[in-house]
Amino acid sequence: MKRIKTLSTRDLNKTLKTGGCGECQTSCQSACKTSCGVANQVCEKCK
Amino acid sequence: MLFVRPPAEQHFSLSGPNGPQLTFAEVCMIHQYKLNGHNIVLDVFSGAVHAVDDLAYDMIGLFESCSEDELVSRLLEKYAHDPEITREEILECLADIRTLRDEGRLFTDDCYGDHACDFKNNSRAIKALCLHVAHTCNLSCEYCFAAQGKYHGERAVMSFEVGKQALEFLIANSGSQNNLEVDFFGGEPLMNWEVCKQLVAYARSRETETGKCFRFTLTTNGVLVDDDVIDFANREMHNVVLSLDGREAVHDHLRKTPNGKGSYALIVPKFQKFVEMRGDREYYIRGTFTHNNIEFTKDIFHMADLGFKALSMEPVVCAPEDPYALTEEDLPVLFEQYELLAKEMLKREKEGRGFTFYHYMIDLEGGPCIYKRMSGCGSGTEYLAVTPWGELYPCHQFVGDASFSMGNVWDGVTNTALREEFKCCNAYARPACADCWAKLYCSGGCAANAFHATGTITGSYDYGCALFKKRMECAIMMKVAQSEEDA
Repeated sequence: MKRIKTLSTRDLNKTLKTGGCGECQTSCQSACKTSCGVANQVCEKCK
Repeated sequence: MLFVRPPAEQHFSLSGPNGPQLTFAEVCMIHQYKLNGHNIVLDVFSGAVHAVDDLAYDMIGLFESCSEDELVSRLLEKYAHDPEITREEILECLADIRTLRDEGRLFTDDCYGDHACDFKNNSRAIKALCLHVAHTCNLSCEYCFAAQGKYHGERAVMSFEVGKQALEFLIANSGSQNNLEVDFFGGEPLMNWEVCKQLVAYARSRETETGKCFRFTLTTNGVLVDDDVIDFANREMHNVVLSLDGREAVHDHLRKTPNGKGSYALIVPKFQKFVEMRGDREYYIRGTFTHNNIEFTKDIFHMADLGFKALSMEPVVCAPEDPYALTEEDLPVLFEQYELLAKEMLKREKEGRGFTFYHYMIDLEGGPCIYKRMSGCGSGTEYLAVTPWGELYPCHQFVGDASFSMGNVWDGVTNTALREEFKCCNAYARPACADCWAKLYCSGGCAANAFHATGTITGSYDYGCALFKKRMECAIMMKVAQSEEDA
Protein backbone atom coordinates (compact mmCIF):
# COMPACT_ATOMS: atom_id res chain seq x y z
CA MET A 1 0.00 0.00 0.00
CA LYS A 2 1.26 3.42 -0.99
CA ARG A 3 0.48 5.35 2.15
CA ILE A 4 0.22 2.64 4.79
CA LYS A 5 2.98 0.31 5.88
CA THR A 6 1.77 -2.46 8.15
CA LEU A 7 4.31 -3.99 10.50
CA SER A 8 4.38 -7.72 10.93
CA THR A 9 2.48 -8.48 14.12
CA ARG A 10 0.90 -11.47 15.81
CA ASP A 11 -2.86 -11.50 15.10
CA LEU A 12 -4.42 -11.47 18.55
CA ASN A 13 -7.74 -12.71 17.24
CA LYS A 14 -6.17 -15.93 15.98
CA THR A 15 -4.61 -16.59 19.38
CA LEU A 16 -8.11 -16.98 20.83
CA LYS A 17 -7.92 -20.47 19.34
CA THR A 18 -4.22 -21.20 19.71
CA GLY A 19 -3.19 -19.42 22.92
CA GLY A 20 -3.59 -19.96 26.61
CA CYS A 21 -0.96 -22.64 27.30
CA GLY A 22 0.36 -20.61 30.26
CA GLU A 23 3.99 -21.60 29.79
CA CYS A 24 5.17 -18.00 29.35
CA GLN A 25 7.05 -16.16 32.04
CA THR A 26 5.16 -14.55 34.90
CA SER A 27 5.49 -10.84 34.23
CA CYS A 28 6.75 -9.69 37.60
CA GLN A 29 9.43 -12.37 37.76
CA SER A 30 11.54 -10.57 35.22
CA ALA A 31 12.59 -7.10 36.22
CA CYS A 32 9.89 -4.69 37.18
CA LYS A 33 8.49 -5.94 40.50
CA THR A 34 6.52 -2.71 40.86
CA SER A 35 4.56 -2.36 37.65
CA CYS A 36 2.68 -4.65 35.35
CA GLY A 37 3.20 -5.05 31.67
CA VAL A 38 2.76 -8.08 29.49
CA ALA A 39 3.74 -6.57 26.16
CA ASN A 40 7.39 -7.39 26.69
CA GLN A 41 6.75 -11.01 27.49
CA VAL A 42 7.57 -13.62 24.90
CA CYS A 43 5.33 -16.51 23.91
CA GLU A 44 7.02 -19.84 24.62
CA LYS A 45 5.46 -21.28 21.48
CA CYS A 46 6.95 -18.53 19.31
CA LYS A 47 10.49 -18.84 20.66
CA MET B 1 -10.34 6.30 19.86
CA LEU B 2 -13.12 3.98 20.83
CA PHE B 3 -15.87 3.50 18.27
CA VAL B 4 -19.26 2.09 19.16
CA ARG B 5 -20.85 0.70 16.06
CA PRO B 6 -24.25 2.09 15.06
CA PRO B 7 -27.03 -0.51 15.33
CA ALA B 8 -27.15 -1.19 11.61
CA GLU B 9 -23.57 -2.40 11.66
CA GLN B 10 -23.79 -4.47 14.79
CA HIS B 11 -23.07 -8.11 14.41
CA PHE B 12 -25.94 -10.47 15.02
CA SER B 13 -25.83 -14.19 14.80
CA LEU B 14 -27.70 -16.99 16.55
CA SER B 15 -31.33 -16.12 17.01
CA GLY B 16 -32.58 -16.15 20.55
CA PRO B 17 -36.15 -16.85 21.66
CA ASN B 18 -37.01 -13.18 21.29
CA GLY B 19 -35.38 -12.56 17.95
CA PRO B 20 -31.81 -11.68 17.03
CA GLN B 21 -29.33 -11.93 19.85
CA LEU B 22 -26.24 -9.78 20.08
CA THR B 23 -23.42 -12.25 20.38
CA PHE B 24 -20.24 -10.30 20.04
CA ALA B 25 -18.56 -7.02 20.15
CA GLU B 26 -19.98 -3.69 19.34
CA VAL B 27 -16.82 -1.68 19.70
CA CYS B 28 -13.55 -1.28 17.94
CA MET B 29 -10.67 0.90 18.97
CA ILE B 30 -7.68 2.48 17.32
CA HIS B 31 -4.97 4.67 18.80
CA GLN B 32 -3.26 7.27 16.62
CA TYR B 33 -0.22 9.28 17.58
CA LYS B 34 2.72 11.13 16.09
CA LEU B 35 6.15 10.66 17.55
CA ASN B 36 9.68 11.28 16.34
CA GLY B 37 8.48 12.01 12.80
CA HIS B 38 6.35 8.88 12.56
CA ASN B 39 2.56 8.70 12.17
CA ILE B 40 1.45 5.56 13.97
CA VAL B 41 -1.90 3.80 14.09
CA LEU B 42 -2.54 0.91 16.45
CA ASP B 43 -5.49 -1.37 15.93
CA VAL B 44 -6.12 -2.34 19.51
CA PHE B 45 -8.00 -5.61 19.15
CA SER B 46 -5.98 -7.22 16.37
CA GLY B 47 -2.66 -5.91 17.67
CA ALA B 48 -1.80 -4.53 14.22
CA VAL B 49 0.60 -1.60 13.94
CA HIS B 50 0.54 0.70 10.91
CA ALA B 51 2.98 3.43 9.92
CA VAL B 52 1.10 5.88 7.70
CA ASP B 53 1.57 9.17 5.89
CA ASP B 54 -0.35 12.33 6.78
CA LEU B 55 -3.27 11.71 4.44
CA ALA B 56 -3.86 8.16 5.66
CA TYR B 57 -3.45 9.34 9.26
CA ASP B 58 -6.18 11.94 8.82
CA MET B 59 -8.40 9.60 6.88
CA ILE B 60 -8.24 6.88 9.53
CA GLY B 61 -9.20 9.48 12.11
CA LEU B 62 -12.32 10.39 10.12
CA PHE B 63 -13.17 6.95 8.75
CA GLU B 64 -15.69 5.81 11.34
CA SER B 65 -17.46 9.13 11.80
CA CYS B 66 -17.85 10.44 8.22
CA SER B 67 -19.64 9.34 5.10
CA GLU B 68 -17.43 8.80 2.06
CA ASP B 69 -18.53 12.07 0.44
CA GLU B 70 -17.90 14.04 3.61
CA LEU B 71 -14.54 12.41 4.13
CA VAL B 72 -13.40 13.16 0.58
CA SER B 73 -14.50 16.78 0.68
CA ARG B 74 -12.92 17.42 4.07
CA LEU B 75 -9.61 15.94 2.98
CA LEU B 76 -9.63 17.76 -0.38
CA GLU B 77 -10.15 20.96 1.54
CA LYS B 78 -7.39 20.22 4.05
CA TYR B 79 -4.88 19.22 1.37
CA ALA B 80 -5.85 21.89 -1.17
CA HIS B 81 -2.29 23.19 -1.04
CA ASP B 82 -0.88 19.83 -2.18
CA PRO B 83 -1.39 19.11 -5.90
CA GLU B 84 -0.60 15.43 -5.38
CA ILE B 85 -3.62 14.86 -3.19
CA THR B 86 -6.38 14.41 -5.72
CA ARG B 87 -9.81 12.80 -5.38
CA GLU B 88 -8.36 9.65 -6.95
CA GLU B 89 -5.53 9.55 -4.45
CA ILE B 90 -7.99 9.90 -1.60
CA LEU B 91 -10.22 7.14 -2.95
CA GLU B 92 -7.23 4.83 -3.41
CA CYS B 93 -6.18 5.38 0.19
CA LEU B 94 -9.76 4.85 1.31
CA ALA B 95 -9.83 1.53 -0.52
CA ASP B 96 -6.66 0.48 1.28
CA ILE B 97 -8.20 1.31 4.65
CA ARG B 98 -11.28 -0.73 3.79
CA THR B 99 -9.06 -3.62 2.74
CA LEU B 100 -7.26 -3.54 6.09
CA ARG B 101 -10.59 -3.37 7.90
CA ASP B 102 -11.91 -6.36 5.94
CA GLU B 103 -8.72 -8.30 6.65
CA GLY B 104 -9.13 -7.70 10.39
CA ARG B 105 -6.15 -5.39 10.77
CA LEU B 106 -7.95 -2.08 11.27
CA PHE B 107 -11.12 -1.20 13.17
CA THR B 108 -11.23 -4.77 14.44
CA ASP B 109 -14.06 -5.59 16.79
CA ASP B 110 -13.48 -6.38 20.42
CA CYS B 111 -14.61 -9.96 20.80
CA TYR B 112 -12.57 -10.78 23.89
CA GLY B 113 -14.67 -9.59 26.82
CA ASP B 114 -16.53 -12.88 27.16
CA HIS B 115 -13.21 -14.71 27.36
CA ALA B 116 -11.51 -12.45 29.91
CA CYS B 117 -11.87 -14.95 32.75
CA ASP B 118 -11.31 -18.10 30.68
CA PHE B 119 -7.59 -18.37 31.26
CA LYS B 120 -7.71 -18.17 35.03
CA ASN B 121 -10.93 -20.18 35.29
CA ASN B 122 -9.57 -23.01 33.20
CA SER B 123 -6.46 -23.48 35.28
CA ARG B 124 -5.73 -23.71 38.96
CA ALA B 125 -2.07 -24.26 38.30
CA ILE B 126 0.51 -22.25 40.17
CA LYS B 127 3.67 -21.74 38.19
CA ALA B 128 5.67 -19.05 39.94
CA LEU B 129 6.76 -18.28 43.49
CA CYS B 130 8.51 -15.27 44.87
CA LEU B 131 10.46 -16.72 47.77
CA HIS B 132 11.13 -14.16 50.47
CA VAL B 133 14.21 -15.92 51.71
CA ALA B 134 15.29 -12.94 53.82
CA HIS B 135 13.11 -10.38 55.52
CA THR B 136 16.16 -8.38 56.37
CA CYS B 137 18.53 -6.20 54.43
CA ASN B 138 22.03 -4.81 54.60
CA LEU B 139 20.95 -1.53 53.00
CA SER B 140 18.43 0.99 54.30
CA CYS B 141 16.97 2.37 51.11
CA GLU B 142 14.57 5.13 51.98
CA TYR B 143 12.00 4.33 49.28
CA CYS B 144 11.92 0.55 49.83
CA PHE B 145 8.35 -0.75 49.49
CA ALA B 146 9.43 -3.64 51.70
CA ALA B 147 10.25 -1.27 54.58
CA GLN B 148 13.99 -2.00 54.53
CA GLY B 149 13.27 -5.68 53.96
CA LYS B 150 11.12 -6.24 57.04
CA TYR B 151 7.73 -5.75 55.36
CA HIS B 152 6.55 -3.97 58.50
CA GLY B 153 7.18 -7.13 60.54
CA GLU B 154 9.98 -8.97 62.25
CA ARG B 155 13.38 -9.61 60.72
CA ALA B 156 13.62 -13.25 59.61
CA VAL B 157 15.25 -15.60 57.15
CA MET B 158 13.62 -18.60 55.52
CA SER B 159 14.80 -22.01 56.68
CA PHE B 160 15.67 -24.72 54.17
CA GLU B 161 12.69 -26.74 55.43
CA VAL B 162 10.23 -23.94 54.68
CA GLY B 163 11.81 -23.34 51.27
CA LYS B 164 11.76 -27.04 50.45
CA GLN B 165 8.08 -27.24 51.35
CA ALA B 166 7.43 -24.19 49.15
CA LEU B 167 9.04 -25.99 46.22
CA GLU B 168 6.99 -29.12 46.91
CA PHE B 169 3.86 -26.96 47.15
CA LEU B 170 4.74 -25.47 43.75
CA ILE B 171 5.35 -28.86 42.16
CA ALA B 172 2.15 -30.28 43.60
CA ASN B 173 0.04 -27.35 42.43
CA SER B 174 1.58 -26.78 39.02
CA GLY B 175 -0.67 -29.14 37.09
CA SER B 176 0.66 -29.75 33.62
CA GLN B 177 2.87 -26.64 33.54
CA ASN B 178 6.44 -27.53 32.63
CA ASN B 179 8.24 -24.30 33.37
CA LEU B 180 8.23 -23.26 37.02
CA GLU B 181 9.69 -19.94 38.12
CA VAL B 182 11.20 -19.21 41.49
CA ASP B 183 12.55 -15.79 42.43
CA PHE B 184 14.90 -15.43 45.39
CA PHE B 185 13.74 -12.15 46.81
CA GLY B 186 13.90 -10.16 50.00
CA GLY B 187 14.89 -7.99 51.69
CA GLU B 188 18.27 -9.09 50.50
CA PRO B 189 18.37 -12.77 49.50
CA LEU B 190 22.16 -13.00 49.69
CA MET B 191 21.80 -12.67 53.47
CA ASN B 192 20.44 -16.21 53.26
CA TRP B 193 22.57 -17.42 50.37
CA GLU B 194 23.40 -20.91 51.62
CA VAL B 195 19.68 -21.72 51.82
CA CYS B 196 19.18 -20.36 48.29
CA LYS B 197 21.88 -22.71 47.02
CA GLN B 198 20.41 -25.65 48.91
CA LEU B 199 16.98 -24.91 47.47
CA VAL B 200 18.35 -24.77 43.91
CA ALA B 201 20.05 -28.14 44.46
CA TYR B 202 16.85 -29.59 45.89
CA ALA B 203 14.73 -28.30 42.99
CA ARG B 204 17.19 -29.70 40.45
CA SER B 205 17.02 -33.08 42.22
CA ARG B 206 13.24 -33.08 41.67
CA GLU B 207 13.22 -32.04 37.99
CA THR B 208 13.68 -35.39 36.31
CA GLU B 209 11.19 -37.23 38.48
CA THR B 210 8.51 -34.54 38.16
CA GLY B 211 9.17 -33.47 34.58
CA LYS B 212 9.39 -29.86 35.69
CA CYS B 213 11.94 -27.27 34.64
CA PHE B 214 12.85 -24.70 37.29
CA ARG B 215 13.89 -21.23 36.25
CA PHE B 216 15.44 -19.25 39.05
CA THR B 217 15.86 -15.51 39.40
CA LEU B 218 18.00 -13.72 41.95
CA THR B 219 17.22 -10.11 42.83
CA THR B 220 20.04 -8.50 44.78
CA ASN B 221 21.42 -5.17 45.93
CA GLY B 222 24.94 -6.44 45.29
CA VAL B 223 26.51 -5.80 48.68
CA LEU B 224 27.31 -9.48 49.32
CA VAL B 225 28.11 -10.44 45.73
CA ASP B 226 31.39 -12.35 45.60
CA ASP B 227 33.01 -14.94 43.33
CA ASP B 228 30.93 -17.75 44.79
CA VAL B 229 27.68 -15.86 44.15
CA ILE B 230 28.77 -14.94 40.61
CA ASP B 231 29.83 -18.49 39.79
CA PHE B 232 26.73 -20.15 41.24
CA ALA B 233 24.24 -17.59 39.91
CA ASN B 234 25.73 -17.61 36.43
CA ARG B 235 25.41 -21.37 36.39
CA GLU B 236 21.97 -21.77 37.95
CA MET B 237 19.98 -18.54 37.67
CA HIS B 238 17.89 -18.05 34.55
CA ASN B 239 17.89 -14.32 35.30
CA VAL B 240 19.56 -11.98 37.76
CA VAL B 241 18.22 -8.56 38.69
CA LEU B 242 20.87 -6.21 40.02
CA SER B 243 19.72 -3.04 41.76
CA LEU B 244 21.46 0.17 40.75
CA ASP B 245 19.81 3.59 40.50
CA GLY B 246 22.27 5.18 38.11
CA ARG B 247 24.69 8.01 38.82
CA GLU B 248 26.67 7.76 42.04
CA ALA B 249 25.05 10.73 43.76
CA VAL B 250 21.54 9.63 42.79
CA HIS B 251 22.15 6.05 43.88
CA ASP B 252 23.82 6.99 47.15
CA HIS B 253 21.15 9.52 48.08
CA LEU B 254 18.59 6.79 48.77
CA ARG B 255 20.47 3.49 48.74
CA LYS B 256 22.54 3.70 51.89
CA THR B 257 24.15 1.27 54.27
CA PRO B 258 22.70 1.27 57.81
CA ASN B 259 25.49 3.65 58.91
CA GLY B 260 24.47 6.15 56.26
CA LYS B 261 27.16 5.57 53.65
CA GLY B 262 26.36 5.22 49.98
CA SER B 263 26.62 1.81 48.34
CA TYR B 264 27.49 2.74 44.74
CA ALA B 265 31.27 2.37 45.02
CA LEU B 266 30.86 -0.98 46.75
CA ILE B 267 28.51 -2.60 44.27
CA VAL B 268 29.31 -1.25 40.81
CA PRO B 269 32.61 -3.14 40.34
CA LYS B 270 30.89 -6.30 41.57
CA PHE B 271 28.02 -5.87 39.10
CA GLN B 272 30.46 -5.24 36.27
CA LYS B 273 32.28 -8.47 37.04
CA PHE B 274 28.99 -10.34 37.52
CA VAL B 275 27.70 -9.25 34.13
CA GLU B 276 30.99 -9.76 32.33
CA MET B 277 31.18 -13.34 33.62
CA ARG B 278 27.53 -13.94 32.77
CA GLY B 279 28.05 -13.99 29.02
CA ASP B 280 24.81 -14.17 27.08
CA ARG B 281 22.61 -15.16 29.99
CA GLU B 282 19.74 -12.91 31.01
CA TYR B 283 20.19 -10.11 33.53
CA TYR B 284 18.83 -6.66 34.27
CA ILE B 285 20.44 -3.70 35.89
CA ARG B 286 17.33 -2.36 37.58
CA GLY B 287 16.91 1.10 39.01
CA THR B 288 14.18 3.17 40.58
CA PHE B 289 13.73 6.84 39.79
CA THR B 290 12.03 9.32 42.07
CA HIS B 291 11.13 13.00 42.23
CA ASN B 292 14.81 13.55 43.05
CA ASN B 293 15.94 12.46 39.58
CA ILE B 294 13.10 13.03 37.15
CA GLU B 295 15.73 13.41 34.43
CA PHE B 296 16.21 9.70 34.85
CA THR B 297 17.61 9.13 31.39
CA LYS B 298 20.89 10.53 32.70
CA ASP B 299 20.93 7.58 35.06
CA ILE B 300 20.06 5.08 32.36
CA PHE B 301 22.77 6.46 30.08
CA HIS B 302 25.18 6.28 33.00
CA MET B 303 24.35 2.58 33.44
CA ALA B 304 24.92 2.04 29.72
CA ASP B 305 28.21 3.92 29.88
CA LEU B 306 29.31 1.62 32.70
CA GLY B 307 29.05 -1.19 30.16
CA PHE B 308 25.66 -2.63 31.11
CA LYS B 309 23.41 -3.57 28.20
CA ALA B 310 20.16 -4.86 29.76
CA LEU B 311 18.56 -2.04 31.70
CA SER B 312 15.38 -1.41 33.60
CA MET B 313 14.26 1.72 35.40
CA GLU B 314 11.02 1.90 37.34
CA PRO B 315 9.13 4.92 38.65
CA VAL B 316 8.98 4.89 42.44
CA VAL B 317 5.65 3.80 43.91
CA CYS B 318 5.08 5.32 47.33
CA ALA B 319 2.76 7.46 49.40
CA PRO B 320 2.09 10.89 47.87
CA GLU B 321 3.39 12.59 51.01
CA ASP B 322 6.84 10.98 50.75
CA PRO B 323 9.43 13.62 49.86
CA TYR B 324 10.66 11.67 46.85
CA ALA B 325 7.15 10.91 45.48
CA LEU B 326 6.58 11.73 41.82
CA THR B 327 4.16 14.62 41.29
CA GLU B 328 1.67 15.69 38.64
CA GLU B 329 4.08 18.47 37.70
CA ASP B 330 6.76 15.85 37.01
CA LEU B 331 4.66 14.08 34.37
CA PRO B 332 5.47 16.30 31.34
CA VAL B 333 9.16 16.00 32.13
CA LEU B 334 8.89 12.23 32.49
CA PHE B 335 7.11 12.00 29.12
CA GLU B 336 9.94 13.98 27.53
CA GLN B 337 12.43 11.71 29.22
CA TYR B 338 10.85 8.57 27.81
CA GLU B 339 10.90 10.09 24.32
CA LEU B 340 14.50 11.16 24.74
CA LEU B 341 15.39 7.65 25.86
CA ALA B 342 13.78 6.07 22.80
CA LYS B 343 15.54 8.45 20.42
CA GLU B 344 18.91 7.97 22.09
CA MET B 345 18.49 4.19 22.02
CA LEU B 346 17.82 4.28 18.28
CA LYS B 347 20.88 6.48 17.81
CA ARG B 348 23.15 4.27 19.90
CA GLU B 349 21.88 1.17 18.12
CA LYS B 350 22.96 2.65 14.80
CA GLU B 351 26.34 3.51 16.31
CA GLY B 352 26.81 -0.09 17.41
CA ARG B 353 26.58 0.66 21.12
CA GLY B 354 22.95 -0.16 21.73
CA PHE B 355 21.32 -1.36 24.91
CA THR B 356 17.91 -2.71 25.84
CA PHE B 357 15.39 -1.12 28.16
CA TYR B 358 12.96 -3.51 29.82
CA HIS B 359 9.83 -1.49 29.03
CA TYR B 360 10.80 -0.95 25.41
CA MET B 361 11.29 -4.64 24.75
CA ILE B 362 8.20 -5.48 22.79
CA ASP B 363 7.88 -8.47 20.56
CA LEU B 364 5.22 -7.71 17.98
CA GLU B 365 5.45 -11.07 16.23
CA GLY B 366 6.15 -13.43 19.13
CA GLY B 367 4.52 -11.59 22.01
CA PRO B 368 1.89 -12.95 24.34
CA CYS B 369 -1.41 -14.42 23.22
CA ILE B 370 -4.71 -12.69 23.93
CA TYR B 371 -5.30 -14.73 27.09
CA LYS B 372 -2.10 -13.47 28.65
CA ARG B 373 -2.84 -9.95 27.48
CA MET B 374 -6.22 -10.00 29.18
CA SER B 375 -5.41 -11.88 32.35
CA GLY B 376 -2.33 -10.06 33.52
CA CYS B 377 0.47 -10.83 35.92
CA GLY B 378 -1.17 -13.82 37.58
CA SER B 379 -0.83 -12.51 41.13
CA GLY B 380 -3.00 -14.44 43.56
CA THR B 381 -3.60 -17.22 41.06
CA GLU B 382 -0.58 -18.57 39.18
CA TYR B 383 1.94 -16.39 41.03
CA LEU B 384 2.29 -16.23 44.81
CA ALA B 385 4.77 -14.85 47.31
CA VAL B 386 6.04 -16.94 50.22
CA THR B 387 7.20 -15.31 53.47
CA PRO B 388 10.12 -16.66 55.54
CA TRP B 389 7.50 -18.43 57.68
CA GLY B 390 5.82 -20.13 54.71
CA GLU B 391 2.75 -17.89 54.48
CA LEU B 392 1.28 -17.29 51.03
CA TYR B 393 0.37 -13.86 49.64
CA PRO B 394 -0.92 -12.83 46.19
CA CYS B 395 2.45 -11.24 45.38
CA HIS B 396 5.47 -9.65 47.00
CA GLN B 397 3.74 -6.28 47.20
CA PHE B 398 0.94 -7.59 49.43
CA VAL B 399 3.25 -9.27 51.92
CA GLY B 400 2.81 -7.80 55.36
CA ASP B 401 -0.88 -6.97 54.88
CA ALA B 402 -2.66 -9.68 56.87
CA SER B 403 -5.92 -9.11 55.02
CA PHE B 404 -4.21 -10.56 51.93
CA SER B 405 -2.96 -13.73 53.59
CA MET B 406 -3.93 -16.65 51.34
CA GLY B 407 -2.75 -19.70 53.30
CA ASN B 408 0.59 -21.41 53.72
CA VAL B 409 2.89 -23.87 51.95
CA TRP B 410 1.69 -26.80 54.09
CA ASP B 411 -2.09 -26.31 53.84
CA GLY B 412 -2.08 -24.60 50.45
CA VAL B 413 -4.38 -21.76 49.43
CA THR B 414 -7.08 -21.70 52.09
CA ASN B 415 -8.40 -18.21 51.42
CA THR B 416 -10.24 -19.30 48.30
CA ALA B 417 -12.49 -16.23 48.35
CA LEU B 418 -9.44 -14.04 47.86
CA ARG B 419 -8.18 -16.29 45.09
CA GLU B 420 -11.55 -15.93 43.34
CA GLU B 421 -11.23 -12.15 43.64
CA PHE B 422 -7.84 -12.25 41.93
CA LYS B 423 -9.17 -14.66 39.31
CA CYS B 424 -11.64 -12.05 38.24
CA CYS B 425 -9.02 -9.31 38.09
CA ASN B 426 -8.21 -8.66 34.44
CA ALA B 427 -8.13 -6.02 31.72
CA TYR B 428 -11.91 -6.21 31.37
CA ALA B 429 -12.66 -5.99 35.08
CA ARG B 430 -11.39 -2.46 35.57
CA PRO B 431 -13.81 0.34 34.70
CA ALA B 432 -10.94 2.70 33.89
CA CYS B 433 -9.66 0.31 31.24
CA ALA B 434 -12.90 0.20 29.23
CA ASP B 435 -11.87 2.86 26.75
CA CYS B 436 -8.09 2.57 27.16
CA TRP B 437 -6.11 1.64 24.06
CA ALA B 438 -3.25 0.19 26.12
CA LYS B 439 -5.19 -2.41 28.07
CA LEU B 440 -3.95 -5.32 25.99
CA TYR B 441 -0.35 -4.20 26.54
CA CYS B 442 -0.59 -3.89 30.32
CA SER B 443 -3.48 -6.33 30.92
CA GLY B 444 -5.08 -3.88 33.31
CA GLY B 445 -2.03 -3.02 35.35
CA CYS B 446 -0.65 -3.97 38.72
CA ALA B 447 -3.24 -5.16 41.26
CA ALA B 448 -1.10 -4.00 44.17
CA ASN B 449 -0.62 -0.52 42.76
CA ALA B 450 -4.36 -0.33 42.08
CA PHE B 451 -5.15 -1.43 45.62
CA HIS B 452 -2.76 1.03 47.20
CA ALA B 453 -4.08 3.88 45.05
CA THR B 454 -7.82 3.15 45.23
CA GLY B 455 -8.49 0.51 47.90
CA THR B 456 -9.52 -2.13 45.39
CA ILE B 457 -7.51 -4.48 43.17
CA THR B 458 -9.78 -3.66 40.24
CA GLY B 459 -9.15 0.05 40.57
CA SER B 460 -6.49 1.82 38.57
CA TYR B 461 -3.30 3.62 39.49
CA ASP B 462 -3.72 6.52 37.09
CA TYR B 463 -0.19 7.88 37.43
CA GLY B 464 1.28 4.51 36.55
CA CYS B 465 -1.18 4.22 33.62
CA ALA B 466 -0.04 7.56 32.20
CA LEU B 467 3.60 6.49 32.30
CA PHE B 468 2.83 3.05 30.94
CA LYS B 469 1.00 4.47 27.92
CA LYS B 470 3.88 6.78 27.16
CA ARG B 471 6.33 3.90 27.36
CA MET B 472 4.23 1.82 24.96
CA GLU B 473 4.02 4.68 22.47
CA CYS B 474 7.80 4.99 22.58
CA ALA B 475 8.38 1.23 22.34
CA ILE B 476 6.14 0.92 19.29
CA MET B 477 7.65 4.03 17.70
CA MET B 478 11.04 2.34 17.98
CA LYS B 479 9.67 -0.72 16.18
CA VAL B 480 8.31 1.49 13.41
CA ALA B 481 11.63 3.33 13.13
CA GLN B 482 13.56 0.08 13.02
CA SER B 483 11.24 -1.39 10.36
CA GLU B 484 11.74 1.69 8.20
CA GLU B 485 15.47 1.43 8.72
CA ASP B 486 15.40 -2.24 7.70
CA ALA B 487 13.34 -1.42 4.60
